[in-house]
Amino acid sequence: MTHSTRRWLLSCIAFAACAASAQTEPVIGLITKTDTNPFFVKMKEGAEAEAKKAGAKLLTAAGKSDGDTAGQIAALENMASAGAKTILITSSGDAIIPTVKKLQAKGVQVIALDSPFDGADALFATDNYKAGMLVGQYVKASLGGKPAKIATLDLFPGHPVGAQRHNGFLKGFGLPAADAKANELSKDPAVVCMSDSYGDIAKGQAAMENCLQKSPDINVVYTINEPAAAGAFNALKKAGKEKDVVIVSVDGGCQGVRDTAAGHIAATSQQYPLKMAAMGVAAGMEYAKTGKKASGYTDTGVTLIAGKPVAGVDSKDTKVGLDLCWGNK
Amino acid sequence: MTRNDSAPLVMQAKGLTKRYGHVTALDGCDFELRAGEILAVIGDNGAGKSSLIKVLSGATVPDSGELLLDGKPVHFRTPIDARRAGIETVYQDLAVAPAMSIAENLFLGREILRPGVLGTWLRLLDKRAMLDQAVARMNELKVGIRSMTQAVETLSGGQRQCVAVSRAAAFAQHVVIMDEPTAALGVKEGNMVLDLIRRVRDKGLPVILISHNMPHVFEVADRIHIQRLGKRAAVVDPRVIGMSDTVAVMTGAMAAEELAEAALA
Amino acid sequence: MSIGFQARGPAGAARTHTAPPMPSTPSVRHLPWGVLGPWLALAVACAFFASQSERFLTGENLSLVLQQVMVVGVLAIGQTLIILTAGIDLSCGVVMALGAMVVAKLAVEAGLPVPVAMLAGIGVTCLFGLVNGLLVTRARLPAFIVTLGTMNIAFALTQMYSKSQTVSNLPDSLTAIGNTFALGGTQVSWGTLLMLALYLVAWRLLADTAPGRHIYAVGNHAEAARLTGIRVERVVLGVYVLAGFFYGIAALLSIARTGVGDPQAGQTENLDTITAVVLGGTSLFGGRGILLGSLVGAVIVGVFRNGLTLMGVASVVQTLITGVLVILAVAADRFSHRGGR
Repeated sequence: MTHSTRRWLLSCIAFAACAASAQTEPVIGLITKTDTNPFFVKMKEGAEAEAKKAGAKLLTAAGKSDGDTAGQIAALENMASAGAKTILITSSGDAIIPTVKKLQAKGVQVIALDSPFDGADALFATDNYKAGMLVGQYVKASLGGKPAKIATLDLFPGHPVGAQRHNGFLKGFGLPAADAKANELSKDPAVVCMSDSYGDIAKGQAAMENCLQKSPDINVVYTINEPAAAGAFNALKKAGKEKDVVIVSVDGGCQGVRDTAAGHIAATSQQYPLKMAAMGVAAGMEYAKTGKKASGYTDTGVTLIAGKPVAGVDSKDTKVGLDLCWGNK
Repeated sequence: MTRNDSAPLVMQAKGLTKRYGHVTALDGCDFELRAGEILAVIGDNGAGKSSLIKVLSGATVPDSGELLLDGKPVHFRTPIDARRAGIETVYQDLAVAPAMSIAENLFLGREILRPGVLGTWLRLLDKRAMLDQAVARMNELKVGIRSMTQAVETLSGGQRQCVAVSRAAAFAQHVVIMDEPTAALGVKEGNMVLDLIRRVRDKGLPVILISHNMPHVFEVADRIHIQRLGKRAAVVDPRVIGMSDTVAVMTGAMAAEELAEAALA
Repeated sequence: MSIGFQARGPAGAARTHTAPPMPSTPSVRHLPWGVLGPWLALAVACAFFASQSERFLTGENLSLVLQQVMVVGVLAIGQTLIILTAGIDLSCGVVMALGAMVVAKLAVEAGLPVPVAMLAGIGVTCLFGLVNGLLVTRARLPAFIVTLGTMNIAFALTQMYSKSQTVSNLPDSLTAIGNTFALGGTQVSWGTLLMLALYLVAWRLLADTAPGRHIYAVGNHAEAARLTGIRVERVVLGVYVLAGFFYGIAALLSIARTGVGDPQAGQTENLDTITAVVLGGTSLFGGRGILLGSLVGAVIVGVFRNGLTLMGVASVVQTLITGVLVILAVAADRFSHRGGR
């Protein structure tokens, strides 16, 4: 056998071996809203680690921005034709539903992570309503009966997660509020100011400044996430009120936990993107092996992280929070 | 009044050649402009009229031939070179900024700056001086526009043409070239512009006038340069020659040699 | 420069046309709505909000509004210059964010002295301005397309450089310009004063210097400008680089205000600056507009956001009103120009 013929034969065998193994290795797709938000970065890391452990091939993609459903739709179709039998997706909007249905008809399992949408095979997500409730209960207990003047720094109109956290907070505080399915923000006389922060530090700062102008005696601030809380803290500090006002938030990112440890944020509900990803990969492996789809809603857990514990409310301290946080440690 | 041949030559071109690929636009073209005259340049499409004007105004560099200004050879690489030599051109689309005022447009690109550091470092404008000079120049040329601070776009077509002509006349030191100044103007406005052109000549600036409007040409020109097939076919005296003969030479229906001696200028 | 030009004919020296320049009787249509409009809108808005809440017209509240708009305000200086040349810059906000991350990371993580970090940040934003300008002038690509591309590039670079993490614990000198001082009972921010000073200087330079008028000429009729000897390419390139400088200043103000280097900053500012410029009466077609108008435009948006919050109105209404205002602003501008054709 000549040298070149042997080489040709070897590469054929290698190719065949690859092809064979490719057929047995399950392909799982992960589509996030963006690939820049540290929340989704952590989710991707978790998925990659789990896929490696389980021996699955992970395809990843993301939209260009929060709301880029067109990018997600393209990713869904590309991953399906690349052989993904399970696709995990954090939905940017309901526009993806028709494509999801199409893929499900072809036998692809589509699981929602973090953000729910109608028709998903299963949902692994934070109970955002519960996340709001936990910080609401915390504030109520820490006020100890003092009358509350509440400001809410929300996300932007129409976003389900924004509504769930806001309404959950009110419920946890003991005020009447809509249930977890509502998309509208509940109002109450104790809430003297409701403003949109878009989850952004600069806009949160402006929103807090304007709310303070409206009602200088605000003593409770609920924020949709920790960047908004950082902005609120800036505004309060400039007004000399940071010691008189309690800020609470949701997310549990490492920067946010650090802010909690520093006393800027009183308490925050920590969520676990890594767990969402891990569960999703496990569900993909199960489907590939046994053909059984995941179903229903699985709560991936939320923990109240507080700088100072308060009687009657279960919380963990910031050390635990830093261990479990997502983002740059 | 007969044109006398002893008026000095302001501008002269000998043997200008310009080729664009296979097309010969100028084929050994000659040109003469005398002091104190309005010289009309006419020619059919493709005769090389625009190429000739582009060479004279510095927009095109000829392949060969020479250009003399006041008897001295000159080489223009850009229109700004020609402008620096004292040749001003009024382009067909006027080259004015419509939203800016008349005074600003008059001095666009050559603004009067404040004296001292303010002018040299900050390039601060001396708006008072520009306004005063604008009023003075327009008054000299008897252009009847009331306010120099109004935007050019508020003027009629004829008035805009007058602004462009006044700008050229104000800055020119040797020659003013005008490209189709009365095109797109009505009768009254066209006459207004012709009057202005005469006043420019009367102030001592020779004018090269490109036009295809024969009545206007015959009304205002002292001599007519007929361009044909990339060359100068003839220079005629509009007081002697008739319009139809001129057009005939321009289109080639009549040979220049057939013209009477008296018709030439 | 004198005009060497002697009156020669017999009629010229004796008779001068003595009619003085007289403005034509102004009709409502010819009032300078482009200039007056924004101020009028601001006055009406302020009067309305003052009637709705007694907290609106306090010094403290107005000082806050100015601080809230100072980043967009300074960005809008650069955007106005570019739009005056009939260009546009869709990348201004994210270029600012990139500059802010450079300053923050160099000062905090690389430990460079603050002035060096600041210069580096401004250098980066100027560099993006240069790239935009070169692509528009040399490659002759439309500004909309070019800056759409650099917007994405700048955003990606910001995320990659910062790994999408905010940088905090900034040294005090970086945030110093966000501090306030007392002025007759209210706290005024240094950053606000800087914004106002920059506007005043840039406004006069645009109106009173030759390069300033050249910018208007290039935007109004580039070919005419070229024929009068103006170096059009140089003017346009200079405008983009100068705008980049203002984006760098805005980056410093952004850091000083929020106290962090935020890689997610600037994304809505891309369009917010264009809104401010349009509300301020500058024409998107180039060649027309007053720089101060953009300041008024930015303040109008801030006033609405502040006023509506004081009234307890949902912020989505603010977005609705901004959209209506933009259309009114463009319509008013067209209305005042239709008379002069």
